[in-house]
Amino acid sequence: MIEERIIEKLNILADAAKYDVSCSSSGSKRKNENKGLGNASNGICHTYTEDGRCVSLLKILLTNHCIFDCAYCVSRSSNDIKRAAFTVQEVVDITINFYRRNYIEGLFLSSGIFKDADFTMERLVRVAKKLRTEHKFNGYIHLKSIPGASDELMREAGLYADRLSVNLEIPTEAGLKLLAPEKNRKDMIQPMGFLKNEIILRKEEKALFKKAPIFAPAGQSTQMIVGATPETDVQVLQTANHFYKNFNLKRVYYSGYVPVLSDKRLPALHTSVPMVRENRLYQADWLMRFYGFKVNEIVNDTNPHLDLDIDPKLSWSLRNLEVFPIDINKADLQLILRVPGIGLQSAHKIVSARQFGKLNWDQLKKIGVALNRAKYFITCNSSRFERRDLTATNIKQFILSQSHSKFLKNATTQLNLF
Amino acid sequence: MTTLVYDGTFEGLLTCVFEIYERKLLHVKIQKGEWLSKALFEEVIQVITDEKRAGRVLQGLQEKLSAGGMQRLYAAHLAGMDDEDIMLIGYIRYVFDSKKNVEEDYGNKYVLRLAEIIRMVRREKHRMEAFIRFQKLQDGIFYAAIEPDFNVLPLVGKHFKNRYADQKWIIYDMRRNYGLYYDLHHIEYITLDFATSRPDNVISSYTEDEGLYQNLWKNYFKSVNIPARKNTKLHMRHVPKRYWKFLTEKI
Repeated sequence: MIEERIIEKLNILADAAKYDVSCSSSGSKRKNENKGLGNASNGICHTYTEDGRCVSLLKILLTNHCIFDCAYCVSRSSNDIKRAAFTVQEVVDITINFYRRNYIEGLFLSSGIFKDADFTMERLVRVAKKLRTEHKFNGYIHLKSIPGASDELMREAGLYADRLSVNLEIPTEAGLKLLAPEKNRKDMIQPMGFLKNEIILRKEEKALFKKAPIFAPAGQSTQMIVGATPETDVQVLQTANHFYKNFNLKRVYYSGYVPVLSDKRLPALHTSVPMVRENRLYQADWLMRFYGFKVNEIVNDTNPHLDLDIDPKLSWSLRNLEVFPIDINKADLQLILRVPGIGLQSAHKIVSARQFGKLNWDQLKKIGVALNRAKYFITCNSSRFERRDLTATNIKQFILSQSHSKFLKNATTQLNLF
Repeated sequence: MTTLVYDGTFEGLLTCVFEIYERKLLHVKIQKGEWLSKALFEEVIQVITDEKRAGRVLQGLQEKLSAGGMQRLYAAHLAGMDDEDIMLIGYIRYVFDSKKNVEEDYGNKYVLRLAEIIRMVRREKHRMEAFIRFQKLQDGIFYAAIEPDFNVLPLVGKHFKNRYADQKWIIYDMRRNYGLYYDLHHIEYITLDFATSRPDNVISSYTEDEGLYQNLWKNYFKSVNIPARKNTKLHMRHVPKRYWKFLTEKI
């Protein structure tokens, strides 16, 4: 009986937590120094769901009881669903036993808001504290910071957790007002600001005193739902950029809206998930963080949306053909990174390898460059190269005709609300 | 064309390198184990592993390669991939024949191939760190069976020792028939006799709550799936079918 009840609870509370897409368990440096259980250092995906998403953490809600009624959320108070709540001890037991069997990297604990922010946050912190102090658990812990919780609780959370996050949910304030009128964007941003300063402060302290405790070593992240409200990609990416720059966020997650609720403010129930758009947003995010692109190079007022049929780097290159072709044996790393079909690893390999001799097409291919895209933009140690004066449209057509888009099968028209 | 037959050890491979230089051989084939083929007109040398000769080659390599480069070469050989020894020999010869350190000369086919082998080995090692599933036995030992594509068990020991410092565990490679046993202090190499028992399949030897947690995990795995986003191709790419038989959530 007890066993059945706990299985039922896990089903309800895992199901309610799954729309939070963050699953990363990397970025922390927690070591197993006390001969306890676990470490949090290397981000491992222990399995993948049938929708192809990584499962790294035990991702659950402490409870799905909630006083708020946000239109986009399955756990909203007006939704008629089964409710459940774990005790602190139950969460601790499942985490430890899953971890010992190598199912997970750690715990991602979120919660519906019951009673008030502090009451909820206090329970989350208690789970983390128990794991760390009573069970010598050094695995990864990601806690949700509940908007409106006291600074004191946030500070305690940072001492036990590896990562903390507040979800912005909707990219703009106007969108949030529409779908979650009880929520206030200021309340969400306030704990982010507090944690940012605290993390900086603690880092300085740690540099001075080696024994100082580590504080949220994997930093903060946030999530935005895309496709629930009519924001453009410029708005989404500018918001992301703002939070990367001003709040030192480690990650911004984009979650394509899955229509689970019927509400006239939201896309209809049968609308398909905007998976292509979500994928393009992640590609753009990578360009901003690792490839040295500025947000207004990727999208701007003249191009407010990311192309769905080609990736954002190719899209940028086609708009800036005057930059190309570049000589792969001479160009700076920063410029090589901008060539479609050349990723981070290939770019670095090219720069290393060319010290030993000039590279030709065959070598570039073996290094891992996708020549079907790159060949229009580069020259190398070969007399063969693209000599025709092709227009952007030509190149796009050539590339599309040769590639099999992974999205062709489930390509759908994007949501159009107005 | 000369065929060199050696015992499959790293020292053996290095002894082969010594032979190649001493006899000034140009074109060689490398084979592990016993010489079985009876083909006529083929020149075959049975290379007997020689610590002194291997040591000299090793010393030479250490002067030419970084510590990391040495480790990669060793791991590539340890992996035990079919027909890659000739590429490793080619790599070693290229290292000796070049004046400067060539570890990053990705325009060279041997350097590139070594990088590819290492990438495959690392991926398999990483997969083991992810896909190993322990089952708790009544004597408190956590047991896991694996069948990795390459011989990566020696490479994962450290990871699991650091992580599970406070529990005893066994990881057993069913294909190569040896395992690692951690007794809370050290890791030992062991072999088990499966004629009398099959520990991957003895439900009676599990602890009482093993079934509960396996059940919870299977339920959790189902609950976190979002059917509206189903993407079987991506799923299969991340978790290839050959690993399923050891994955609690896929059994």
